[in-house]
Amino acid sequence: MELNNETLLDIHHRMVRIRTFETEAGKLAEAGKIPGALHLYVGQEAVASGIMAHLSNDDWITSTHRGHGHLIAKGGEFGKMFAELFGRATGYCKGKGGSMHISNMDLGMLGANGIVGAGPPIAVGAAFSIKYRKTPNVAVTFFGDGASNEGSFHEAANMAALYKLPMLFVCENNGYGEYTAQANHQAIVDVADRAAGYGMPGVVVDGMDAVAVYEAADEAIERAKAGDGPSLLECKTYRFFDHVGVRGMGLSYRTDEELAEWQKRDPIHMFESRLAELEVLSNEDAVKIHETVLSEVQEGIEFAESSPMPDPATLLEDVYA
Amino acid sequence: MAEERELTYIGAVAEAARTVLLEQENAFIAGEDVAGAGGVFGSYRGILDEFGDERIVDTPISEEGIIGLGVGAAATGLRPIVDIMFMDFMGECMDEIANQMAKMRYMFGGSASLPITVITMSGGGMNMAAQHSQSLEAWICHLPGLKVVAPSTPYDVKGLIASASRDDNPVFVVLNKLSLGNRGHVPEESYTVPLGEASVVREGSDVSIVTYSRMVGESLSAADTLSENGIEAEVLDLRSLQPMDTDAIVASVEKTQRVVVVHEAVRFGGLGGEIAAQIQEDAFDYLDAPIVRVGAPFSPVPFSPVLEQAYIPNAARIVAEVNKLLNDT
Repeated sequence: MELNNETLLDIHHRMVRIRTFETEAGKLAEAGKIPGALHLYVGQEAVASGIMAHLSNDDWITSTHRGHGHLIAKGGEFGKMFAELFGRATGYCKGKGGSMHISNMDLGMLGANGIVGAGPPIAVGAAFSIKYRKTPNVAVTFFGDGASNEGSFHEAANMAALYKLPMLFVCENNGYGEYTAQANHQAIVDVADRAAGYGMPGVVVDGMDAVAVYEAADEAIERAKAGDGPSLLECKTYRFFDHVGVRGMGLSYRTDEELAEWQKRDPIHMFESRLAELEVLSNEDAVKIHETVLSEVQEGIEFAESSPMPDPATLLEDVYA
Repeated sequence: MAEERELTYIGAVAEAARTVLLEQENAFIAGEDVAGAGGVFGSYRGILDEFGDERIVDTPISEEGIIGLGVGAAATGLRPIVDIMFMDFMGECMDEIANQMAKMRYMFGGSASLPITVITMSGGGMNMAAQHSQSLEAWICHLPGLKVVAPSTPYDVKGLIASASRDDNPVFVVLNKLSLGNRGHVPEESYTVPLGEASVVREGSDVSIVTYSRMVGESLSAADTLSENGIEAEVLDLRSLQPMDTDAIVASVEKTQRVVVVHEAVRFGGLGGEIAAQIQEDAFDYLDAPIVRVGAPFSPVPFSPVLEQAYIPNAARIVAEVNKLLNDT
């Protein structure tokens, strides 16, 4: 996809969809309406949107425990997503996966994942599959700075580079592995440095700038499709909500000042200023988009709330094919 | 009558692998030393030359990566055979096995299929010590979503690998390394041994020996010895451990009223406990005596040949346990 006005608006729309869904999901969680744990993506929207603007349903992604944003950016429907978070029969996983395993094979989304670092080896398999079939697609694995310390990431990076697989490693470095600051969990500043150890390019990207993400991905995807192997894009970003939920558990691992500093670089606000300057999208039209998306999110919530719970008789279905 | 065609147990693996690649265009093999070396025991000899390096792939020593490769490839439409050289190495890849491979279909509400065959080796007797000799099948039988088979003969090796490769679920084929040179009848043509079906390999009326993998051979030897003393043991080869053929176990117990469960794995927490519990649930009224379990003691597998011989169950121990059972009741 060219970075023309249409693409810019497409990226903007994906970001607004994520922000609105996640904000409303956070409210519902705080109201006690969503069972289990929610890991929300607010703050990191530019990463999923900038990457996914390049992908079709035939490109595969693996996601993380913070996976709603990836599914939304890949085309996920609000109703089926909320239904899954609510544990309803109409959810993407029929209520069997929930937030941490939300997935949709038809959209090429191989699941959020409750295990940090489990996605990269699976994406290697998806990329192997693409190469085996010789189709012009890529596999993208999203993971965090925390996951870059898991052995699974290193095994996957080595194998993807060895086999020159059509793949992108997208590290969303939000500065924290759960509640532990990056400086306390790894001795490097740039996760991208690790790419060199596997013989692939490693690029540091401003993960709050959707255009920067989009452009970096463009080059990496071109390289992957040309048969030159994977790349690692490290997108420096920030989690506006807590590790779990919105306000989390009140832990003192980061300061309000730090959050406020990052919020000055809100990826959606920055992008909208840019679109206004380019005269691609006026502030008024941006507001209308937010309103439209909010009403779509509300429809999704209504769909989920009015959906049936799973029949307990379905408990043992889907264990085996 | 023409002489029956024979293959070794390991030769049956190679023939099965070749057959799968011939029959399924989306099948490929990946693992450590599988391509250039043809497998550390020769499991895949000749496959690289015949099928090329797109269909048999040497991997780095990265078990988590290997299983992940299988999961991702299977979920996206291929039918991988992945080789984990020794099942002791499952420790290196247990997340991809237990949390990804086993659960992906369920977590996704049934939308993903994972037609993966995992070929791996179990068992001691080769002085390979504590980290290359274990029988860890209980680990994987405990995980809903996986199927597990443990063939005892070359015939079952070929037939069960064929069934595993055609199944749309992940299936572990747990081979036994001390059985690799065993010879037996293997038809040249393609055939399957169904998953989940046990086989009565020796009929008997006095006691049932329920077993699998290499302990089938030890149990048959024990049955020969017992027969010399007028005791006729029935030997049931489970072949599949998950799903397990409980009906066949119950039928045998109904016939003999006495059961000895034998496996090479550590007795505590081994499948023998599960089998005993199932018999107790489904065949209690047939029993004339308590169920006996024969397994390895609660110790890592030792290195010294003298210690290892004392560790692994064998025909003599099975004979002793059967005699004790019959004398006590």
